Amino acid sequence: MKHTLKGSAFAVLGAGLLGLATTPAAAESLTVVSWGGAYTNSQIQAYHKPFEKKFGIKINSDDYNGGLAETRAQVEAGNVTWDVVDLELSDIVRGCDEGILERIDPSILPPAPDGTPASKDFLPGAIQECGVGTIVWSTIYAYDKTKFPGNKPSTLRDFFDTKNFPGKRGLRKGTKVNLEWAVMADGVPADKVYAVLGTPEGVDRAFKVLDRIKDDVLWWEAGAQPPQMLADGEVAMTSAYNGRIFNAQVKEKKPFVVVWDGQVWDLDLWGIPKGTKHLKAALEFVKFSTDTQRLADQAKYISYGPVRKSSFPLVSNYTGTNIDMKPYMPTAPQNFKTALRNDFEFWADNQDALNERFSAWLAR
Amino acid sequence: MAELTADTTLITTADGQPLKLKLRQSTRINRIKAFALVVPLLVFILVTFAFPLADMLTRSVRDPTVAKLLPRTTEALKAWDGTGQPPDSVYLAIAEEMVARREDRTIGKVAGRLNYEITGARSLVQKTGRKLARREDLSNAREILTKIDRRWADPLLWRAIRRLSRPFTLAFYVSALDYTYNAAGKIVAQPEDRRIYIPLFLRTLWVSLSITGFCLLLGYPISYLMATLPLRTSNLLMIMVLLPFWTSLLVRTTAWVVLLQRQGVINDLLVWFGIIGDNERLQMIYNMTGTIIAMTHILLPFMVLPLFSVMKGISPSYVRAARSLGASPARAFWRVYFPQTVPGIGAGSLLVFILAIGYYITPALVGGRTGQLISNMIAYHMQKSLNWGLASALGGLLLVGVLALYWLYNRIVGINNMKLG
Repeated sequence: MKHTLKGSAFAVLGAGLLGLATTPAAAESLTVVSWGGAYTNSQIQAYHKPFEKKFGIKINSDDYNGGLAETRAQVEAGNVTWDVVDLELSDIVRGCDEGILERIDPSILPPAPDGTPASKDFLPGAIQECGVGTIVWSTIYAYDKTKFPGNKPSTLRDFFDTKNFPGKRGLRKGTKVNLEWAVMADGVPADKVYAVLGTPEGVDRAFKVLDRIKDDVLWWEAGAQPPQMLADGEVAMTSAYNGRIFNAQVKEKKPFVVVWDGQVWDLDLWGIPKGTKHLKAALEFVKFSTDTQRLADQAKYISYGPVRKSSFPLVSNYTGTNIDMKPYMPTAPQNFKTALRNDFEFWADNQDALNERFSAWLAR
Repeated sequence: MAELTADTTLITTADGQPLKLKLRQSTRINRIKAFALVVPLLVFILVTFAFPLADMLTRSVRDPTVAKLLPRTTEALKAWDGTGQPPDSVYLAIAEEMVARREDRTIGKVAGRLNYEITGARSLVQKTGRKLARREDLSNAREILTKIDRRWADPLLWRAIRRLSRPFTLAFYVSALDYTYNAAGKIVAQPEDRRIYIPLFLRTLWVSLSITGFCLLLGYPISYLMATLPLRTSNLLMIMVLLPFWTSLLVRTTAWVVLLQRQGVINDLLVWFGIIGDNERLQMIYNMTGTIIAMTHILLPFMVLPLFSVMKGISPSYVRAARSLGASPARAFWRVYFPQTVPGIGAGSLLVFILAIGYYITPALVGGRTGQLISNMIAYHMQKSLNWGLASALGGLLLVGVLALYWLYNRIVGINNMKLG
């Protein structure tokens, strides 16, 4: 009995060590993290696959819902597994300030095909100290046209009008965009929105407008939820990232209509967490995926605008169809008339206090 | 008859040593072997449970960011009495340290930490650091700083910085209990419409107690059936309880979304049967109802299984004896059967309650606005606002609350009066 116990213990130990020793050296791979769903799919088609083919480095695609928590936790623990992360502009700035993102030297970025240097080709604000921009995206609201046979919603004010346009609303959980929309629906012009929200009276005004629809709102957190809620009939109108609605309209043929009035647009950028083990490959990926052709390619799969001016003329049709992407872009002139640019400085300063107020408001 | 007397002399062995000591020595090698078998588990629990817990709880009272990154300012502020403006040494210290922190790229950490308590501090610190870095001579720091931004002359700002420069701080617990520091630096209660956490704690408590009650009501008959029916049927029932238990939590929760949503199965059935009209569909999800229904369903096996194992061990002859002595079925159940199941009820309730009080995923998915629990707030501070100090403070309060309830339970029911089978 004693012998068999000792013997089997050694056998197990030996097998374990053997297993460890014979693990082949893994080929280099990169972990690229993005927002999931249709958006990640567009990146896989336009960036990941061509990158893998060109450089032979495998890309693992991971999903998250935004924010710096995971990145910060990894950097503080000294165990960084994410190599490239798709972050909102406000998170890039905050992450850079806190020292959890690597600095990216903008001179590595290739020029446009006609020779314009990258610094002039990228839209203003798309090259940051710790991030390189990829897309222009926008928060809009969409409705199911079969639910509104008569009068159709067409302005931001209609979103907050549950009398003439009954039904539940969907909003992203949190203060971003919601407070801007509330004051814009109350009549504040786009260029004064953040000045108004900087005052306590302005914030009170925003919450008063939100009170009108408070009981009718379903709060979403993941980008894939709004089109799902619209399709389920849970909501009559919902705010959403414009590309996700495009995907539902064109790929899944849903009768959704986007209202561009008061769209709040922003940039997404690639950031590299500090201390990543694959810094060279990560920089190669950022360089590759933000060149002119690649940015134009991703616009074939989802309606997010490229941040390079040289990519605009290359934006063509939705892949495999004759549907022109240009009218679906946030930057198309007919959609851009009342657009508001998200002010990341304002949110960097105020989001802690405003989110606390929002949580209190929500809980009552 | 031998008298029992207290023998005050020690019992010794043949070589004069006390028996107790000799016994301990002879079993030492066995005790070491036994301890060695437990050591891996002890190490595992310490590493994965005790240390992280201690680390997070330390974060709830300790935030040395400002003290570490602005050491000279912290030291200089200690000499200040809190009235009027701080002395020149403070201004000089903070000016030089902001420049230094800008160079080693940690100024953002200072800015972020101050911004949690002083709105607008982030941009103030960043802007000041940028402008100071361009200057050579910082000797009249007070004038330079107040010219960059008037807020540097405000004693309120300096009092807040001084408070934040103490490494050990109660600020997180103050916020977690819905208090705040007023302009004078005293702790006052938040205004009524800004209280978030205490109502949420009470709501979590109330919801967990209700869920425990519902699980007991639904679980008791199931366990009774499983324990008393013949083996074939009881096995089938057991499979029906265990199979959902083995299914992923997320799958079960999203299944509830399909069932309960406004265009979902239950509403469709009710409309089809004509019980409700098409535009009177019930809102059973994305509110408290959805949370309670889904959580009861998910936590039911935790009530059923302990109850079942206890009931299986109760001999049916007790109830038969009670009946034969003239008790009505209800009385026999209540006076004879039920008391014997109390240990199982205790075990099941404790399990369900403690699980429910910390639940996060289900309220996040189906709770909507009114069905959020305290754990969702803790997750928000961990993931979105990155205020780990506040998240730890809330977690610490939850821990204290659960321990207090556990102590209460022990006094009333007794922990030893609990059986899992």
